Amino acid sequence: MPVLTYREAIRAALSEEIERDPNVVIMGEEVAQFNGAYKVTEGMLEKYGPKRIVDTPISEAGFIGMGIGASMLGIRPVMELMFWSFYSVAFDQIVNNAANVRYMSGGQIACPIVIRGPANGGTNVGATHSHTVENILAHHPGLKVVVPSNAADAKALMKTAIRDNDPVMFLENTILYGEKGEVPEGDITLPFGRAAIARTGKDLTIVTYGRCVLHSLAAAETLRASKGFDIEIIDLRTIRPLDVDTILRSVAKTHRLLIVEEQRPYCSIGSHIAAIVQEEAFDELDAPILRVGTVDAPSIYSPPVEKQQIPNVDRVIAGILRLL
Amino acid sequence: MRLKNLPDHLLAGKTQTHLISSSPAKQLPFASFNPKFSLVSKKSTEPTGAAAESQMPAVSLHAKAPANAKLSAEQRIELYRKMVRIRRFEERCLPVYNSGKIGGFLHLYIGQEAVAVGACSLMGKDDHVITAYRDHGHAIAVGMDTKPLMAELYGKITGCSKGKGGSMHYFAPDLNYWGGHGIVGGQIPLGTGLAYAVKYQGKKGAAMAFMGDGAVNQGAVHEAYNLAALWDLPVLFVIENNGYSMGTSQERSSAGGLAERASAYDMKFYICGGHDVYEVRATLDAALTRAREESKPAVVEIDTYRYRGHSVADPDKTYRDRAEIEDYRKTKDPIQVFQNQLVLEKVLTPALIEEIDAAARAESERAVEFAEASPFPTIADIQRDVYWETDQPKRTSEGRIFFNLP
Repeated sequence: MPVLTYREAIRAALSEEIERDPNVVIMGEEVAQFNGAYKVTEGMLEKYGPKRIVDTPISEAGFIGMGIGASMLGIRPVMELMFWSFYSVAFDQIVNNAANVRYMSGGQIACPIVIRGPANGGTNVGATHSHTVENILAHHPGLKVVVPSNAADAKALMKTAIRDNDPVMFLENTILYGEKGEVPEGDITLPFGRAAIARTGKDLTIVTYGRCVLHSLAAAETLRASKGFDIEIIDLRTIRPLDVDTILRSVAKTHRLLIVEEQRPYCSIGSHIAAIVQEEAFDELDAPILRVGTVDAPSIYSPPVEKQQIPNVDRVIAGILRLL
Repeated sequence: MRLKNLPDHLLAGKTQTHLISSSPAKQLPFASFNPKFSLVSKKSTEPTGAAAESQMPAVSLHAKAPANAKLSAEQRIELYRKMVRIRRFEERCLPVYNSGKIGGFLHLYIGQEAVAVGACSLMGKDDHVITAYRDHGHAIAVGMDTKPLMAELYGKITGCSKGKGGSMHYFAPDLNYWGGHGIVGGQIPLGTGLAYAVKYQGKKGAAMAFMGDGAVNQGAVHEAYNLAALWDLPVLFVIENNGYSMGTSQERSSAGGLAERASAYDMKFYICGGHDVYEVRATLDAALTRAREESKPAVVEIDTYRYRGHSVADPDKTYRDRAEIEDYRKTKDPIQVFQNQLVLEKVLTPALIEEIDAAARAESERAVEFAEASPFPTIADIQRDVYWETDQPKRTSEGRIFFNLP
C-alpha cells in the first residue's frame, strides 16, 4: 500500500475530485501560484489551471461568502482557510449563511461547500492563530464537522466531504501534515459519523480525535509496557455527525472513559460527550468521566510552555492514571 | 434633500423630479388613493389639475429609453399591476401584524415598489436576485404567489419557507430569487457568488445583489466589491437608498457618496431615481446588458424612500419629519407617478385602474384567508430542512446528527 503524508493524502483527494467533477473549484489565499501556505495544494495550479485552482485576496468574509453563494447554484467550492483561526472574520458567512440558508428557505437550497484548513495549537504562533474551533462549528446545526487524524482518513473523508450536499467544515492540523501513513489506492470514501477503533482494549476507553489520537496511542503503549494496562482508543473522525454508538459500546465494555481533546474544557466537544454518556450509559460507569484538554487560557506563545498547555503524551498518561 | 449633496456631474441624467419643491399639493396620494379620483378626472373637472401636474410629473423622461419603448401595453400594465399588488399586500400585512398574528419584525417596502418591479422585470433565465430583509417587494416582483408569502408571515407550514424563515427570509430558487437575508450586507458576498457561478458555468447572465444604504458601510460589502471587480464578475450591487439606515440618516452614517465608492475598485457606477419605474428600468437595463455581455460588475444607487418606519417596531418619531414623508407621497409616489404616466399614454383607463386595485385588494384578502386556514409546522418539522442529507429517504452518513435531550 502506498505511503503518503497527511498533506499528500489531502492533495490526492482534491486532485481526484477535481478530475471527477467539473464543478469542483479549489480556492483560498496562496493556494495556486504560491503552492499553498502549507503546500497542501502544491503543483495543482500547474496541473489543473487557474479556473480550477484560484488564488483569493486576503478577504475571508468575501471569498467564503462568495463560495457559499456559488455553491447554491451548484458549484462545489473547496475553500482553504490558511488557518481555521481566520474563520472569525468570515463567521457571519459560515454560521448565518452556510448553516442557515437551507433551513430558512424551507429546504429549497443546498449548499455543497467545503471549508478546510488547519486548526491547532502547538506551533508557537500565539492566541490569534491557534484556535481549535470544532466545538463552535459543531454547535451550529446545518454544518458538518470533520477532524481526521491520519492520512488514509484524511483522503477518504475529504472525498466524502466534496461529494456531500451539505456544508462541511474540514479541520486539519499543521503538525500532522508531515505524518506518514498507508493510504489505500483507488476511489475510497468513508461515511461521516463512523468512528475508528484505533486500538482495542478492555480497561479504559479513550475517546479522542485529530492529533490527540497520536498522543493517546503513545500513552497507551507506554502504560501497556510499564503497567500492563489494556486501553481502547476511539478516533471519532467526525464531530458532527457523531458516532455515539461506538462510544457507548466501548464504555459498556471498559466502564471507564477518558476524553482527550485539544479544546479548552468549558463548552468543549468533551463536555458534550460526557453529557451524552452519563445520560445514556450511567449504569455502565465505574468511575467519573475525566477529560484531558487545553489549559483554560488563550494560547500562550512561549514554546516550551505551550507544549504543556495543550494535551501531550505525559498529560494523557496522567489522565489515565487518575482512572486506573 | 440628500441628493443636493451630490456633485453636479452625478445629477446629470437625473430627472428634474429630484429637485422639485415641497409646496402643498392637491392630489391625493396613492396610499390613500381612491381610484375614482384619478388624475384624468381631476384634470378634466378641476382647475387645480395643472398645479397637481407640476407636483407629480406625468411624462417620464425615460419612456423612450430602449428598455421601455419596446414594452407592449400589456407589459406596462403588468409593471403597474405588480407595484399595486406589492403595496396592497404590504398594507394588508399591517393589521395582521397589529392583531398579533405575525411575529418578529415586519420591514415594509411601501414607497420603494418601482425599484424591485423595475429591476426584476428585466430578468432573463440566467439572471439572479438576492436581497436583504426588506424582501417582500422583490418576492412579488420575481413572480412569487402572495398566498405562501402571507402564510410565511403567519408562520404556517404552507409558507414559502415552511414557516421557518419569516418576513426577512423569503426564497424562491425556482424563480432565481435567493432571499431574503437578515444580516445587513451579509447577502452581498452570496450575490457575488451567484455571479461567479453564472460565469463559471459559461452562462450569459448576471446577479443583482440588493442592499440598503446602511449596508455600504459593512466590510463584507467592500470585500465583495473587490472580488467582483478583480475577477470581472457579472454582478450589480444595487443600493436602494431610502435615506435611512434604520433611524440614522445617510448624513449621519456614511462619509462621502455611496455609489462613488465603486470608483475605488475601478467599477462603473450609476445613480438614478427610484420612483419612476421607467427610469429604474432604463438604468438597470444598461447595467445588466453590460454585465451580461462584458462580464463587468457595477454599483447602481437608486434614490428611493420608505413611508413606514424601518420596521413596524419603529415608531418613526425621532429621526425624520412628517413633512418629508408627505412631500414624497405627494410628489414622487412611484405608483401614482406611473399611473399618471400610463394614463397619459392611454394605456390605463379609470376603469382599469379601479379593476387592478380591486383585484390587488382581493388578492391580499385571499392571501390572508389562505394563511389563516393553513396549519402551523409541527414539532417534528423543527428538525426538517436542516441538512440536505436528512431530508432524503436514506441518509448518506452514519451516527448522530441531531443532539436531542432524552
